[in-house]
Amino acid sequence: MENTNKTGNIRQFKGRSLGQETWRRLLKNRGAVVGMIFMVLLVIVAILAEFIYNYDTDIVAQNSKAIFASPSAAHIFGTDQFGRDIFARILYGARYSLLIGVGSVAFGLVVGMILGALAGFYGGVIDNLVMRANDILYAIPNIMIAVVIVSLLGTTPFSLLLALSISAASSFARIVRAAVMQIRGQEYIESAYAMGLPTWKVILKHIIPNCLSPIIVQVTLAIGSNIIAASSLSFLGVGVAPPMPEWGAMLSDGRPYIRSAPWLCIFPGLAIMVTVLALNLMGDGLRDALDPKLKK
Amino acid sequence: MIRYILKRLLYMIPTILLTSLLIFWAMDLTGGDPVQTILPENATVEQQEALRESMGLNDPFFVRYFRYMGGIVTGDMGESYVTKLDVFGTFMNRLPMTLALGGTALIISVIISIPLGIWTAINQNTWKDTLGMVLALFGVSMPNFWLGLMLMLLFSLQLHWLPSGGSDGIQYLVLPALTVGLGLAALITRTTRSAMLDVIRQDYITTAKAKGASRHRVLYTHALRNAMIPIVTAVGMQFSLVMTGSALAETVFSWPGIGLLIVQSIAKRDTPMVTGSIILCCILMALINLLVDIIYAYCDPRIKAQYSRKG
Repeated sequence: MENTNKTGNIRQFKGRSLGQETWRRLLKNRGAVVGMIFMVLLVIVAILAEFIYNYDTDIVAQNSKAIFASPSAAHIFGTDQFGRDIFARILYGARYSLLIGVGSVAFGLVVGMILGALAGFYGGVIDNLVMRANDILYAIPNIMIAVVIVSLLGTTPFSLLLALSISAASSFARIVRAAVMQIRGQEYIESAYAMGLPTWKVILKHIIPNCLSPIIVQVTLAIGSNIIAASSLSFLGVGVAPPMPEWGAMLSDGRPYIRSAPWLCIFPGLAIMVTVLALNLMGDGLRDALDPKLKK
Repeated sequence: MIRYILKRLLYMIPTILLTSLLIFWAMDLTGGDPVQTILPENATVEQQEALRESMGLNDPFFVRYFRYMGGIVTGDMGESYVTKLDVFGTFMNRLPMTLALGGTALIISVIISIPLGIWTAINQNTWKDTLGMVLALFGVSMPNFWLGLMLMLLFSLQLHWLPSGGSDGIQYLVLPALTVGLGLAALITRTTRSAMLDVIRQDYITTAKAKGASRHRVLYTHALRNAMIPIVTAVGMQFSLVMTGSALAETVFSWPGIGLLIVQSIAKRDTPMVTGSIILCCILMALINLLVDIIYAYCDPRIKAQYSRKG
């Protein structure tokens, strides 16, 4: 955009890119800002926990002198049946939840995006294969997939991550496929071809960037739901095993004592809820920011 | 319509075969040696070998798989290592408990979520909308089993109104069903609200208002009926969530359904029970999804028309 002012000099009007515009709208959403701040703090805590606490002495070591201490100044979230400080364990546990949540979504996103883009772009046999595989995954409750994978690979954070990424991949494949199919027929894709771009470049440079909005929103929400799923599986005994301070495993550990020491169950659950709430606030904010049509 | 149902049933067969093959293979790899689980520790090598031969464990993998799948048709899926009870029979005995829990939860969620979704939509951008949406947001952000634990803490351990676990009557169903139901309600409320908001902006709603139709008539006859399609889809898609939620609520409240059966069998390394229950669950899910699709096609004339064209 150009404009000439009185002195005859050319003055540049700077336009805002879609990214900048979205960011500006996102910052106006109070919930999303609160969510973002919380997530940044949580990531910092998860990284720093290692330097504040020693895993062997502070997180898993038993302390028979401080068993079942109720929340107080010394132990603000109380201690568990082994005298371990619950606040320290929750801070340390943030890394498991974040790693599993983000890792499973990242892995699922890459696989799902490739499969979904191929299925949506080429259609035909590839589409049929991908969608049938998807149907099969859809028919099996996530929890069953996880049970099978965890029984194959053992109760480690990695097998949990893998199990959750499979269902994430199937939902991303579905979203990307739908978006690609819609964009494929647009005129600007035709003109990209007319300019002589190879197919892979058309997909990478023109199709994927144009279906990013639903993907970004889904990524934020999927991290939250995978954190819940991971803790649910640990709670059922098919996820991360104690004494690792994973939030779901802590809940499962504390359940027998809910009558006498309810704080064993209250705080790990609150940690999960607040984290997922922050992610959902961000996801909802992003959706509104990326798609202003929904707003009004 | 009948052709569509038949076609979908045929499609189900490869899905079920492939799913069960994967599960059977995974469990076969990891289930451990059943002979050592069954026989006492001082059994001789000959005794072990004899049992292995008589159980058909020396046969190739695919022979065992197809024998197993043949067994499903006749309801013979082996017996539990732990209880020595028939796997198929045990599963079928537990099924009504899970169906009762899931069904009640679904009813609770619909009763709460649809009115709440409509209420927030017609009061968009007011405090009522904000209140409803904040509640729903908390609902979807909360791990379901934790909600269950908190309900138990409040209503059975503090107030002593309801039992904290077991299955000796209707009062035992209240807390587990609320746990699953409230989680679902949060999701469906969000869907209902956005579906209603989409519909309310359509031209035919303006037309109906202009014709002088009452507010009530516009909302329920014109708007809600059209908003129902995405809502029914959303409810239908929640069945695997109902299943997962039930497994968690059953574990929290010791409700003797399928979820608790699977969790306990995993803990006891009872491989035939785990394999059988998971395969049966998948078949059940496939059947429920088919049923939802049929109902969906029946409700929406556009979809029905699509099927009759394609046959």
